[in-house]
Amino acid sequence: MDQVVFRKPKLLNDTPMHYCPGCTHGIVHRLIAEALEELGEYDNVIGIAPVGCAVFAYNYFRCDMYEAAHGRAPSVATGVKRACEDSTVFVYQGDGDLASIGMAEIVHAATRGENFTVIFINNGIYGMTGGQMAPTTLPGQKTTTSQQGRDPKEHGNPIKVCELLSTLTGPAYIARTTVTDVKSVRATREAIKRGFTMQKQKRGFSLIEILSTCPTNFHLSPLDSMKYIDEVAVKAYPLGVYKDIGLIGEEKKQ
Amino acid sequence: MKKLIFDEKFCKGCGLCVAACPKKILTVGKRLNAMGYAVAECIDESACIGCAFCATMCPDCVIEVHKEGR
Repeated sequence: MDQVVFRKPKLLNDTPMHYCPGCTHGIVHRLIAEALEELGEYDNVIGIAPVGCAVFAYNYFRCDMYEAAHGRAPSVATGVKRACEDSTVFVYQGDGDLASIGMAEIVHAATRGENFTVIFINNGIYGMTGGQMAPTTLPGQKTTTSQQGRDPKEHGNPIKVCELLSTLTGPAYIARTTVTDVKSVRATREAIKRGFTMQKQKRGFSLIEILSTCPTNFHLSPLDSMKYIDEVAVKAYPLGVYKDIGLIGEEKKQ
Repeated sequence: MKKLIFDEKFCKGCGLCVAACPKKILTVGKRLNAMGYAVAECIDESACIGCAFCATMCPDCVIEVHKEGR
């Protein structure tokens, strides 16, 4: 008799993903599906897809999905969650979507403490449109619209979303993780699971920022992109839990 | 019984599984799939310990991992 150690989660469709080779979007899609499966959520899940590379996320998840206008996914999720309180609602956004055009929506959804989970993919570049500078691009990083490297004097400083949102009263759980190796992938799955548990216990807004790669627009191989995240991006965006008000039942231990 | 089952139509040959494998038994070969990508394959399945590191790092859920039970 043999046992299955790993199998594709049931919440993912049998459709080949359109992402570039080595893109971490695929890993994060799978982690969301695994986290929902571990919590026993199969039928009552509603996802909100963003604009950006993950615009076709609704093709890959076997759950109800909405497609929001650019940056407006948290507003759509607010409506969905208020109409369907018993559903598990997740928002999937990239950095160009969340930190640029959707900054107002995410800040206000967070400060209202809306009860849904945001998965924030931060790769510091606009992937789909061809590698332009994003609000999260690091100083000195070369993109097609900052060809000498990003100069803070000319282009401004990068936005640190976790630090920014953790100053608000509304959020229940805010964490920054990465998916560059097996250990960090497992830590990210636990973080996503904790975010969904917060939502199930009606604790409020949760956001998991995942430092990701864009091998195509970094002009690096998939492996070198992972090294770049580990060696450079992590220094500018420190990993960790930025806010955690604790789960019900857990508070008694402390 | 095969321990590793590759769903090759999904593979994009990114090589993340090759780097993750502690036994170094995976490689991106010369065989192409329908999308035109060279696909990952296992060169020595008897050495596989069933840790599923390759599947954990695979962005496209190509690999299904089985382990012989006791």
